[in-house]
Amino acid sequence: MKDVVVTRRALLAGVAAISAAGLPRAGHAETPKDVLVVGHVAELQTLDPAQAVTISDFRILCNIYDSLLHYKDGSLDVEPGLAESWTISPDGKTYTFALRQGVKFHDGTPFDADAVKFNFDRVIDPNHPYHNTGPFPFVFTLGPIDKIEVTGPHTVVMQLKEPYAPALTMLAGAIGGLAGISPTAVKTYGKDFSRHGGGTGPFKLVEWVSGQRFVLAANKEYWRGAPKLDGLVFRPIVDENARVSEMLSGGTDITIEVPPDNIATFTASKNFIYYQQPGPHLWYLVLNTKTKPFNDQRVRQAANYAINKEALVNDVLKGTANVANGPTPPAFTWAHDDALRPYPYDPAKAKQLLAEAGYPNGIDVTFYVTESGSGMLSPVLMGTAIQADLEAVGIRAKIETYEWNTFLGKIIPALPADVAVAELSFMTQDPDMHPALALRTGAAVNSGGFSDPKVDALIDAGRAETDPVKRAAIYKQLQDLVHDDAPWVFIANWKQNAVSSARVKGFELHPSFTTRFYATSKT
Amino acid sequence: MAGLILRRLLMVVPVLFGVSVIVFLVISLIPGDPARAILGTFATPANIAEVTRQLGLDRPLPVQYIIWVGKLLHGDLGRSYILHKPVAEEVMERLMPTLLLAGTALVLASIAGILLGVVAAVRQNGWQDKLITVTVLIGISTPSFWLGMLLIFWFGVRLEWLPVGGMRELFGGGGALDTARHLVLPAVTLAAVAAAVLVRLTRGAMLEVLRQDYVRTARAKGLTERRVIYVHAFRNALVGVIPVIGLQAGFALGGAVYIETVFQWPGIGRMLVSAISTRDILLVQGGVLVVATAYVLINLLTDLAQGLLDPRLRDA
Repeated sequence: MKDVVVTRRALLAGVAAISAAGLPRAGHAETPKDVLVVGHVAELQTLDPAQAVTISDFRILCNIYDSLLHYKDGSLDVEPGLAESWTISPDGKTYTFALRQGVKFHDGTPFDADAVKFNFDRVIDPNHPYHNTGPFPFVFTLGPIDKIEVTGPHTVVMQLKEPYAPALTMLAGAIGGLAGISPTAVKTYGKDFSRHGGGTGPFKLVEWVSGQRFVLAANKEYWRGAPKLDGLVFRPIVDENARVSEMLSGGTDITIEVPPDNIATFTASKNFIYYQQPGPHLWYLVLNTKTKPFNDQRVRQAANYAINKEALVNDVLKGTANVANGPTPPAFTWAHDDALRPYPYDPAKAKQLLAEAGYPNGIDVTFYVTESGSGMLSPVLMGTAIQADLEAVGIRAKIETYEWNTFLGKIIPALPADVAVAELSFMTQDPDMHPALALRTGAAVNSGGFSDPKVDALIDAGRAETDPVKRAAIYKQLQDLVHDDAPWVFIANWKQNAVSSARVKGFELHPSFTTRFYATSKT
Repeated sequence: MAGLILRRLLMVVPVLFGVSVIVFLVISLIPGDPARAILGTFATPANIAEVTRQLGLDRPLPVQYIIWVGKLLHGDLGRSYILHKPVAEEVMERLMPTLLLAGTALVLASIAGILLGVVAAVRQNGWQDKLITVTVLIGISTPSFWLGMLLIFWFGVRLEWLPVGGMRELFGGGGALDTARHLVLPAVTLAAVAAAVLVRLTRGAMLEVLRQDYVRTARAKGLTERRVIYVHAFRNALVGVIPVIGLQAGFALGGAVYIETVFQWPGIGRMLVSAISTRDILLVQGGVLVVATAYVLINLLTDLAQGLLDPRLRDA
């Protein structure tokens, strides 16, 4: 801990000297050079990537922890991380990783195969002495891991119970950061590891003051070379208007998630840089395929034709999303079917399909809307606009609005029989995850009760196929099929946005929706 | 006097017990649970069951409550599911900023409210009275969060006189002066409504007292008007105003919830809002318990102050 204290003093004292000469009467002293202040959407919940559950946590954690694999800049393609290379057995169940040598944790202990085994055992083995540092809610997304074996000081083997092709992308994703935790830190802090952390990443913890600031300093010994910034400060600013005010008054250097209504304020000024990046997100309507009227494919397609998606993304979301063409977000560049056209806005066609399905006088349905929720993008406004579009073709939707947590409880695992439509959104890091959880027959969050044996077979095939080219072909087929089946109304793919002061250089948003500040600098 | 304090302190216990039972029941019975809050759209029944088990929430409600009370008696408020730290630690860290904000607002509101109320009463129907009455009407009708945003926009963003949020400067800040600068806007915002209420109340109380026989007697004895108003009338009028200040303390603590969000004040109100939305039961319990204790104690203080002003209440 000693070096941490010195670092904090150096950081804050150096900074104090600069700003003491500044403008004490101004709203804010100007933030110092080489220290980036981030307007962050929420309080950090945990420093343990194995426990973290929110994207806002992962935006911080990805700067503290490295994963075995890493997403390339600007894409969800995988490149080496803490593992220099890897091989997958022909049966898709054995992954062998050659680990990078000479890497050290922030506490000075070496990163090696034993550390990786410790980290996986902690989360998958209920009898592990540090398993009680959990729960680890999202570890299941890494796949059905049977065991981790150390076959050399820098070689580990991950044995799966069954083939799980998404393993690579998930290991490169935010949750994969759990492979790069310092076992010494876990043993030292026990349950309080979540408040201390410790990884190999480009930044390390300096201090964490609840509700006020979370301060990181550069890890000068970082194995890819020291980051350009000296320090990184996250300020939790939950209220979106407050985030905008802080950005305008100079209290923050960069703000993630600018409300759609405020974007123009920033794009109009030379003092700010505006960023946006589509991500692996889908905003859609779940249709109850088990009961009337949406048990009829024609009615489901009618709903897809009835809604003016262009107007929704341009007018309601102010351009912060693109129109979705199907179940797989375009951010999965390798798996997305670019040739698939979104359902056009065609009310006449919708009416015709409704009439063909035996509803010439329209239908009455109940439509569940949430008040808020992660990735839900102005859900009440969206719900109201959609209601108007549906009404125009004769689908008279009665909206029922619920608080997010309550809402989830009502729609998972299944929509009530008398509820025909619900809004929902999903963010994931592999094209397998969403269909497997929400479209496969009998899957756990298949709220609409959709079932198509051909879809099931493609999902299973995609999960087992480790060849990326063949896997991509499977997902393209899946998208075409699901698009035609229309178990959902495909609405929008969210573009994450951010705004920074013109002093910030080298920052790019990433399609994983995390914020990586390794290459960022500030003048 | 000692008897009054003792009796009132003893009453705190059943009040807090009642508060804890109600909070526990409400948050347990509303739909949604911590596991669902954690898992979001991944809340499969199997995942929910597993996380619920790991959190120790698979036991029956009464058992959970008894475990909580048992720990409480040993001074342990439990661990927050979401923040992964002891509830007591988080609550204590968040309590001081809220007390500072609510306390400052209350003092501001009391001083401004009583002063303006007296002025309005003494100058009844004069231009001062009219000006104050109209201002108060606007004050009472203005939603605090909107007033807060307005103040942020003018004094923070446009004029850049004051910080738009937070409790201290990130760089080179710290110290009482820095905190005071950050405190101005949220405290004024929070004080506005309470002050308006107190102005009306003080004005009314003063007018009533000024019509009493003993005031006429005092004037008849030839006392100066100043002495009549500030010694004879004011002290009696204050007896009716003080308990309302105690009640306003409740509003100040409650109002802190949204003022803290607007001004990013690192207080307990903001903590409670997020704890409720994530169903972080133990954190909500701990936070509400501490706020309720503060409220009860403030009311005790105002009762004591009233006792000091009015000898009749001391032995009641």
